[in-house]
Formats: sequence, C-alpha cells, structure tokens
Amino acid sequence: MQELVNAMVDMQENRVMELTKQYLGEGKEGIEILKAYQEAMSIVGKRFEEQSYFIPELIMSGEMMKKGAEIIKPFMDNRESVDTKKKCGKFLLATVKGDIHDIGKNIVAMMMNLSGFEVLDLGVDVPEEKIFVEAQAFGADIIGLSGLLTLAFDPMKRVVDMLKEKGVRDNYKVIIGGAQLDRLVCDSVGADAFATDVISGVNQCKEWTGIN
Amino acid sequence: MSTENTMPSEGMPLGPPPLPDSWLNMTGEEKRQYLIGSWSSIEGKPFQSPEIAEKYKQRTRRWLDAVALKEPDQVPILFLPQYFVLENARCKPVDGFYDQEKAAAALYKFHQEYDCDYSAGGVLPSGRALDLLKYKVIRWPGSALSTRLSDDVQFQYVEDEYMKADEYQQLIDNSDGYLLRKFFPRAFEGLNGLEMLPSPYHVLQAVGIPSFFMPFAKGSPLRNAFETLFKAADQIAADMSPMLKTSMRILSHIGAPGVVGSVTFAPFDLIGDTMRGTIGVMLDMFRRPDDLVRACEALLPISVQVAVEMAMVSRNPFVLIPLHKGADGFMSEEQFLKFYWPTFRKQLLGLIEAGLIPVPFVEGCYNNRLDIIAESGLPAGKTIWLFDKIDMKAAKEKFGGFACIGGNVPASLFYSGTPQMIEDYCKELMDIAASGGGFILSPGAAIDQAKPENVRAFLNFK
Repeated sequence: MQELVNAMVDMQENRVMELTKQYLGEGKEGIEILKAYQEAMSIVGKRFEEQSYFIPELIMSGEMMKKGAEIIKPFMDNRESVDTKKKCGKFLLATVKGDIHDIGKNIVAMMMNLSGFEVLDLGVDVPEEKIFVEAQAFGADIIGLSGLLTLAFDPMKRVVDMLKEKGVRDNYKVIIGGAQLDRLVCDSVGADAFATDVISGVNQCKEWTGIN
Repeated sequence: MSTENTMPSEGMPLGPPPLPDSWLNMTGEEKRQYLIGSWSSIEGKPFQSPEIAEKYKQRTRRWLDAVALKEPDQVPILFLPQYFVLENARCKPVDGFYDQEKAAAALYKFHQEYDCDYSAGGVLPSGRALDLLKYKVIRWPGSALSTRLSDDVQFQYVEDEYMKADEYQQLIDNSDGYLLRKFFPRAFEGLNGLEMLPSPYHVLQAVGIPSFFMPFAKGSPLRNAFETLFKAADQIAADMSPMLKTSMRILSHIGAPGVVGSVTFAPFDLIGDTMRGTIGVMLDMFRRPDDLVRACEALLPISVQVAVEMAMVSRNPFVLIPLHKGADGFMSEEQFLKFYWPTFRKQLLGLIEAGLIPVPFVEGCYNNRLDIIAESGLPAGKTIWLFDKIDMKAAKEKFGGFACIGGNVPASLFYSGTPQMIEDYCKELMDIAASGGGFILSPGAAIDQAKPENVRAFLNFK
C-alpha cells in the first residue's frame, strides 16, 4: 500500500480517502489499511523531528487518520483492532487545573497512541487529586501534565508533591509539556522531564519504556 | 478619520486636540513626527511636579533613541505585567473583570511600588458586560454564565470555528456584513438577533426604506439584540472609568509613558485566532489555500484602519501587534511566505505609511523568520520587535541597522529564578544585544506568576 502511505505523508487528503475506499472495494483488510496509516504517521513524525514538517502536518494527518478510520470502521471485524498492539506502556495525560488549553495535549495523545501506548486522557482543568486517583486506578507508567500558561506551574508542582506525599512518586515518570517550560521550571516542579514540542515528549516516553 | 472627543487611551489627557489642518496632506514621516511630538511632549500634560515631567521626558527620549537605532542614555527597561499586578495587590483574576476600582488601584499600587519606566498594561473587558452579551469566545473567572472559571484563574480562549469553512466567500465579499450577521451572533449569544440585520442597500431607493427598518420593530430579535448592545455599552463605559482615571494618574504622578497607543493583529491571526480557530486555519492551509490567502487580503485594509483610528484618539504612534500563528513550529517557511507574511508585511507598510510605529510582539520563536523580515525592504528604524523566544545574537546581527529589538527574558525566570539569575541573564543579553543602541530590555511574555524580588532585580538592572 505504498501509494496510500505516500499520499498520506504528502498530505493528499482526497487521494488518501480515494485509495482507502478503493482498497476496501478490492477486498483488502481494514486492519492492513490502518497499519499503512500508522506507517505514514511514523514518517510524518520523523519529518516533524527533522523540522521539515510542523504542527499543521500533524493536525492534517490526524484528521486524515480520523476520517479514514470512519470509512474503514464498517468493514472491521469487531474483534480486530490495531489497538491490541498496546504493550508499550500506559500514559495518563491531563491539562492541569486552571488551564483549559488542549490542542497540544490532543496531538500528544494521538502520537502516543500511534506509538503503541495505552492512553488515558483526562481532558482539561483537571485537579491534582483526580490525576492521582486516576493514575493509580489506571496503573499509569507515565503521567503527562500539559499547561500553556505560567499559572499551570503551581498545579503541576502540586501533582508531583501529592505523589510524594502518598509515597508513590517512584512508581511514575512525570513529564510536563508546554511552551513556557524549561529546565528551571521542570526542576522547580519536580518533574522527570519537560517538553516544548510533541515529538521530543513522545521520544522521551519511548526512551523510558524502552521502545526503539 | 475621526477627531471627535472619544474615550482617551493610556497616557493622554481627556480629549485629544484637533489635528493640524494639513494632516491629510502630510506624508507618513510627517505624521509620525507629529505623533511622536504629541506623545513625548510634556506640554499640556498634568504632571504633578517638574521632577515627574522631567522623568517622562527622559523616558520618552530614551525610548525614541532606541527605536531610531541610536544609543540611548541607558537601555530602556520595559516590564510587561499582566496578572502580577493583581497578585501584587493581593487581588484575584476575578477582580480584573468584576471589581474595576480594585483592579485600577492595584495597577496604580504596582507603578508606585516598582516605578516602572513605561506603562504597557492592557485592560480586561468588563465581566458584567460579557455576562449581558453572553460572550462565548472566552471563559473567565466570576462569570454569571455556566462557562465560568474559578476566581483565581485567568481568562482563556474557547477554541472553536466561529467562522465555518464554507463561509470564506461571504467574508471576502463583505467582511463587515459577515462579521455583524454571522460572527457576532456566534460570539455573543445575547446578540443573536443580529442575524436578522437587514442590508443597508435597501435604503438606496426610497421604496426600500421600510424593508430596512421593519425588522427593528418592538419585540423583534433584532431590536432585543440592539437593546442588549446598548446595555453592554453603558456597562463597559462605567467599568472602563476607574482604569482611565488611573492611566491619567500613572502619567501625572509617576511619569511613565504609555508605549501602546493602539493594537491590531496580522490578517492571518484575525482568521486563525477567533474565526476559523487554530485547527481550522491549519487545515484550511491544505484544504482551501486560495480562500485563505484571499481572506487575508480582504482583511488587510481594516487591520490597518482600526490601528489608525485608535492612534488618532491616543495620539501615541506605537501599534502593538501580538503575533500568534506564524511562529517557528506553527508553519513551515513555505507556508509562512505563502499565507502569513505577505499581508503582514503589507500591514506593517500600511501602518508606517499612516505615520505609526508598529511594535510586533512576537509570540513563540521566530529564529527561522529573521532573514525574511530583515531582508524584506521594510524601512529602517520604524519598527520595534519584541521577541518571546529568539536567538538574540542572531536577531542583533540580522536586525542591526534595521529595527529595534527586545524581549527574550523568559517568564519562567521571574517565577522560578532568583534575583542573581535575573541579573546574570540580563547581563548576558545586554552584552549580546545592547551595544550601539536599538535594544529594549523586556520579558518575552506578559508576566503573571513572579517573585517580587525577581521583578525588582529586573527593573533595577543597570
């Protein structure tokens, strides 16, 4: 399905939908088409790392994945799922209390999903108690805290402080994400890492869970 | 062009004096010199003492030297406080929206305590007016609406497609009409009736007059929308009053010149911020690129005109232009050159031609854009670029002889750093960028959370 992979990598939305329908019409397996999407996304991710692709390409490719998945859905056996590949780790994600920004967080969720993580996205404006309770229940390996505003720094710190107070800090890796973050804030918050772009955050998580 | 006595802006006595008779025939440079003269002059301004007047004079001279790429007596230091002002007075973000007396007092307290050289504060909109209007584009603390945020949280935008993807042609054909009939009702639920606003063209013929006026009948949705609009206008006027008075006091008692005389936005950001939204406009670059380019062109004239009109009231030549969606990472260079830069560049030229001094407030990182801007043929010494994140060495090299630069002191340093770290950072920045003039020391972003000692270290930096 190289033509499909290439079309998606080249952001050719109409061609991607056309080929998806064509392949389904030819009797190709939905799951194989989804795997082709994943292959394309992996190339898109690499181009983002190399800085030849940027946020618009991540957004556009996410849209194509979503639309394509809707077309494929009726053709999928209920038992089939690309999601069965989720053995890489459990990633809990939230935009912290007081902050309602979610675009970056949603892109992270998509890319972590594609990288094979099981993702639990708690949404925006999430209090630290909820993050703690859900992380415990979910059995998260990594907690990702998103925040665009500097007012997010204190809530991020409160999450880490809560993990320490409950004696479970060492059970988790904590990564914070947002445009205003840097090493100074990361150390002040007590996180294990920070990311100001999607791919470096995803790569850090992969490194922690030992994925290549 | 209006010279009426409308709401005064920061740093100006109530009611600007009439413009010279020759205004319409003046060149852009002559207009700029006139506005610079109005702004920097101490004549007619109600300074409390000759010492305060002298401070004002020195501060404006310093700023103008930096803009003109000369070496000033010392580097101008511009602090950009946002919620820090309220925190400093033990107020909460909700007070900015609902207790304007308290918020204005907080601003004055801040200026008294910190004696900043320049005033660049923005005013938050009236929470009560936004409640009346049922504004949907932001969520804010203390709101009467179900979207309220808690009292200690600052306002944030609600990303959505307030303009639909298939409405580009309507915007291009008639942007005012489109905004009034489509954008207003979506942004302000209380102004839903504006959907029914009839076309003004009816009145071009006498027989058409009833068609224009009948939709305004008592009890009609359109009538109700206008009544809500009037109530909101009265509320806004009442709620603006404390801050306007405080702005005058900051001028007269502190002698801090206001460095924002008007505000506008790049055409691409007008579309991408609150019309198509971030996701919408990014997808439009792929799905409807020609529509997007034409819509930016359609909004270009008004994006210049609004700044000119505000400047005619403030008599302050500096136009703040917060830049959002053209940053490194948000689009490729190719996308920047196709979608963002052409109309932004024309906007800068239009503002300069109108006698103004654009001050792009460059949010995000612009390392990949410096060459494009520096080599674009924009006139030298007519713009100030305040950067959020930038390689300041590269900015100094590429913008040397072209434009005044500033910014890059991180907001995080004010929050998690120490006074020594602030001093070390500023020293390094000054060593890189200050020599030869054309540099303003300023944070890269408006400051919310900060340690007071860090703010003092910054303002006292020499």
